[in-house]
Amino acid sequence: MRILFKTSYNDDIRLFPDRWVLLVYGALLALAFVLPLLLDAFYIGEVTNVLIWAIAGLGLMLLTGQTGQVSLGHAAFLAIGCYSNTILIEMGLPFILAFPLAGVITGIVGAIIAIPALRLHGIYLAIATIALSVLADDIIVLLDPWTGGVSGKFPAMITIFGLQIERWTMPVRFYYLVLGVTVICTLFYRNLLRSPLGRAFAAVRDSEVSATAMGVHILRTKCKAFGLSCMITGWAGALMGYYAGAFNNETFSLVISITLLMMIVIGGLGSIHGAFFGAVVVAFLPQVLSILKGAVLGGGVAIPGLETGVFGMILILFILFEPMGLYGRWLKIRIWFELFPFARKDMFRRQKSYLKTERLR
Amino acid sequence: MDVLQLLVSGLANGCVYGLIALGFVLIYKATEAVNFAQGDFMMLGAFVTLGLTNADYMHLPFWLAAPLAIMIMAVLGYLLHFFVLRHLFGQSQTAVVILTIALGFVIRFVAGVIWGHEPQTLESPLAIGDLRLGGVVLGLADVAVIVVTVLLTLLLYQFFQRTKLGLAMQAASQNQMAAYYMGIPVKRVQGLVWGLSGATAAVAGILFASKGAIDPNVGLLGIKAFAAAVSGGFGSLPGALVGGLIVGVIEPFASRYFPAGYSQIAPYALLLIVLVVRPHGLFAQVRIKKV
Amino acid sequence: MSLLQIKDATLKFGGVVAVNNLSFSVNEGEVYAIVGPNGAGKSTVFNLISRFYQPHSGSFTFDGQDLLQRKADQVADLGIARTFQNIELFDHATVLQNLLVGRHRHRKTSLVEELFFTARVRREEIAHREAVEEVIDFLDLQPYRDKMIAGLPYGIRKVVELGRALASGPRLLLLDEPASGLSVEETQDMRWWIDDIRKQMGITVLMVEHDMGLVSSVCDQVLALADGAKLAEGTPAQVQADPAVLEAYLGAGAV
Repeated sequence: MRILFKTSYNDDIRLFPDRWVLLVYGALLALAFVLPLLLDAFYIGEVTNVLIWAIAGLGLMLLTGQTGQVSLGHAAFLAIGCYSNTILIEMGLPFILAFPLAGVITGIVGAIIAIPALRLHGIYLAIATIALSVLADDIIVLLDPWTGGVSGKFPAMITIFGLQIERWTMPVRFYYLVLGVTVICTLFYRNLLRSPLGRAFAAVRDSEVSATAMGVHILRTKCKAFGLSCMITGWAGALMGYYAGAFNNETFSLVISITLLMMIVIGGLGSIHGAFFGAVVVAFLPQVLSILKGAVLGGGVAIPGLETGVFGMILILFILFEPMGLYGRWLKIRIWFELFPFARKDMFRRQKSYLKTERLR
Repeated sequence: MDVLQLLVSGLANGCVYGLIALGFVLIYKATEAVNFAQGDFMMLGAFVTLGLTNADYMHLPFWLAAPLAIMIMAVLGYLLHFFVLRHLFGQSQTAVVILTIALGFVIRFVAGVIWGHEPQTLESPLAIGDLRLGGVVLGLADVAVIVVTVLLTLLLYQFFQRTKLGLAMQAASQNQMAAYYMGIPVKRVQGLVWGLSGATAAVAGILFASKGAIDPNVGLLGIKAFAAAVSGGFGSLPGALVGGLIVGVIEPFASRYFPAGYSQIAPYALLLIVLVVRPHGLFAQVRIKKV
Repeated sequence: MSLLQIKDATLKFGGVVAVNNLSFSVNEGEVYAIVGPNGAGKSTVFNLISRFYQPHSGSFTFDGQDLLQRKADQVADLGIARTFQNIELFDHATVLQNLLVGRHRHRKTSLVEELFFTARVRREEIAHREAVEEVIDFLDLQPYRDKMIAGLPYGIRKVVELGRALASGPRLLLLDEPASGLSVEETQDMRWWIDDIRKQMGITVLMVEHDMGLVSSVCDQVLALADGAKLAEGTPAQVQADPAVLEAYLGAGAV
C-alpha cells in the first residue's frame, strides 16, 4: 500500500497526485504514441474508434455523471458537430479553425436548447431529449440544402498546415489526430473537476436547494454543463463523421444516443476512466460478437438486433450487479490487492436506501 | 365527412398510444419510475397472441388465445419485476430509465429471434369487417380499440380511486419507507403493478395488431406514447388517455394539412411544447421541494 | 445596529397563514434564536430569508439592502449562509469538496480559465483551500477530509454542514436546528462552536432550536413563535417566563 505525504495544498490539485500515478499515465500515453508501430492498420482503426467513443463518452459523462442530468439526445449533438465541421470546411475555413469552431457551435446550440430543457427533472428531461434525438433526424432532412438530406455528405478533407489526413488511406495520421483531441478533452474534463465550476456541477447534482443557498445559480450552471458537454460531444461527432467516411440523417440516430448513455453507465458514471472503459466495450463488442457468431453458427448468418440485444443484456447485468460500472469493479479489485489479505466482502456493501419523492397526492 | 374519417382513425390510433401511456402511468403511479420498454411490452403482447392464434403457429381460437396472452404478459411483467426491477429498489429513477431501455433492446432482440423480422398480421376476428355510419366507414378494429380502451381506463381509474390495493400502490410510490411502516408490502405491491401493466400492454398489443401488421420494431411507438403520457401528466390515468387521443388525432391531420417532411414531427413537437410550457405535464403534481 | 431587519412579513400557503405579520431584528454580533412548537413557522422564516419563498407582504432588510431584490442564489453573495433542518449536503462528494462549494460565492475565475486551469485558477484554488482548512481546524474535521458524505454518521454530517456555511465567510449564519438529532456530547460541542463563531469570528447567528438548554446558554435574544406570529421576544429568561409561551408549550391551564 502506498502512503502519500502531502506537503502543500498544491499537491491536492496537481494533475497527478504523485510520481507513481504520473509514471502510470505517462507510460499509457507513451504506449498510445508508439501503438501504430505495434499494430496493423485495421487495429489502429479499431483503437481510433475506441478513442472517438471515449470523447463522446466524456462529453455525456460531464452532463450525466457530473451534473446528474440524463440526456438521451446526445446523438443530435454529435450530428451538429459533424455537420457544422463539414460545412465550415466547405465554406473555406481550414480544419484547424473549423474543427474547434464546430465544437463551440455545438456547445452554444446545446446551451440554448438547455434553457428550456433543464427546467425539467429526471424522466421528463430524459423524454424531452429522446424527442430531440428523433427530431434531429427529421430536421437534417428538412435542411437538405445544407445537410444533403437523405443522400448525406462526405466529410471534408483534413489539412493541417499542409499535412493531409485521411481516415482510410492514412489511418495512422488520423489516429494521432484523434489521440490529440482525446488528450485535450481529458485535460479539460480533469481541469473542470478540480476547479469551482466542476464542484458546482456536483453540487447541482446532489442538492439543488443547498447549491442555491451557497450561491450557485442552478439554471446557469446546468446550461454551462450542457454547453461544455455538447462541445466535447460535437468534436466527437466531427471525428465520427470522418471515421464513418460518409453520413446522412440516419447516422446519428436515437440508438446512438442510447448506446452512448448505456456506455457510460457500463463504464462507470462520474469518472473519466468510466468513459474509456465503456468505449472499449462499445467499440469491441461488435467484433467479439461477430467472432463468436462465426464460431457458433459459421459465418454469414445475420442476426438483426444481436448487438443491441447483447449490449442491453450486459447493461442490465451491470445495473444489477455492479452499478458503479467497470470502473467501480476496477477500484474494488485494486483495493482488494492493496489491502490483501485484509479486504472483506462487506466493505463494498451498498447502503439500503428508500426512494422518497416530492410528488403530492 | 373527410374530416370525420380522419378523426375516427386518429382516435383509434390515439387509443393505442393511450393504452401504452396507461402502462407508463400505472408503473409511475406505483413505483415512481417509468418503464421505457412499455412499447416493447406491447409488441411482445401482440406477438404472443399471434404465436398462440395464427395458423402458422399454435392455431388456438382467438377468444382463447387473447386472454391467455394477457395472462402470460401479466406473469411476465410480475417475473420481470421479481428478477430484475426488484433489485433496483430504492435506487434513482435514472437507473430504472436506463435499465428499462436496455430491457426494450433485449425484448426486441428476443422477439426478432422467435418470430423473425418480417411484418406479420394477427388473424383476429376484429380485423375483418367495416361499420358504415352514414358516409363514414369505420373499421371494426377501430371501434373495438376505442371501446376497449375507454372501458379499461375507467376500470383502472376506479381501481386506483376505490380499492385498498390501489391506494396502497400510490402510497408505496410516494414514500417507500413510510409505506413500509404502514404495513404495505411495498415490493409485492410493485410486482403486482408490473403484472398489471404487462396485461395492459398485451391488450394494447392485441388491439394494435388487429389494426395492421406488426414487426419487432413497432415497440418504438412507445416514444409517441411518451408524448401522450407527458401531455396528460404521468400521474393521471384519464390524462394518459386524453393525451393519447390528442397525439393520435394530431397525426392524421398533420400529415393531411402540413407539407411532407413536417408532418411526422408533429407528435414530438407537441411533446416538446408541452414540456416547455408545463415542465411537469398539463396536470402537474410536483411542487417545490420542502426544506 | 441591526444587521437583519424583518418588518410585517406575511406568507400564506393557500388558506394557511404560515407567517403572520412578523417583525423582528437581529443585531450585529448577537446570537438570536427562534423557538416555538412544531409548525410554528420557524423554518419558513429561514426560507423567507433565503428567498426560497416569496412573502406576500413585508420588508426584509440585510445591512441596509433590500433582500427582496435578490434571488435565492444571490443571497449568499450578501454574506448570508445557512444550514438545513434535514441536512442538505452533496452526498456523492467528499467533505473537502463540500466545504469548497461553500467558497463558491468567492469564485472569480471564468469558465475558460478553468478549462485550461490557468495559474490564476491555481492560486485561487489554493486560497480557497487555505480558507477551508481553517474551518476544518476549527471544527476538528481533519479525520474526515477526504471521506464521502454518504458514508458519514449523522453527527459528523451536521458539523460538515455547519462547516460548509462557515467556509463561505458569512456575516450572518442561519442555523436550522443545529442540535437536533445530536447526542449530549455533540450538542455540547455545538454550543462551544456557536459561542466561538460569535466571539472569535464575529459572525452574527440566527438559529432555530428546540433545545432550550442550548438556547438559554448561547443566545442573547429569543423570539417565540406560535402559528406564524410573534408570541414573545426578549432574553432567554424573559421568554421562558412568559405566560403566553408557557401556554403554547404546555397547553392551557398549565400555568
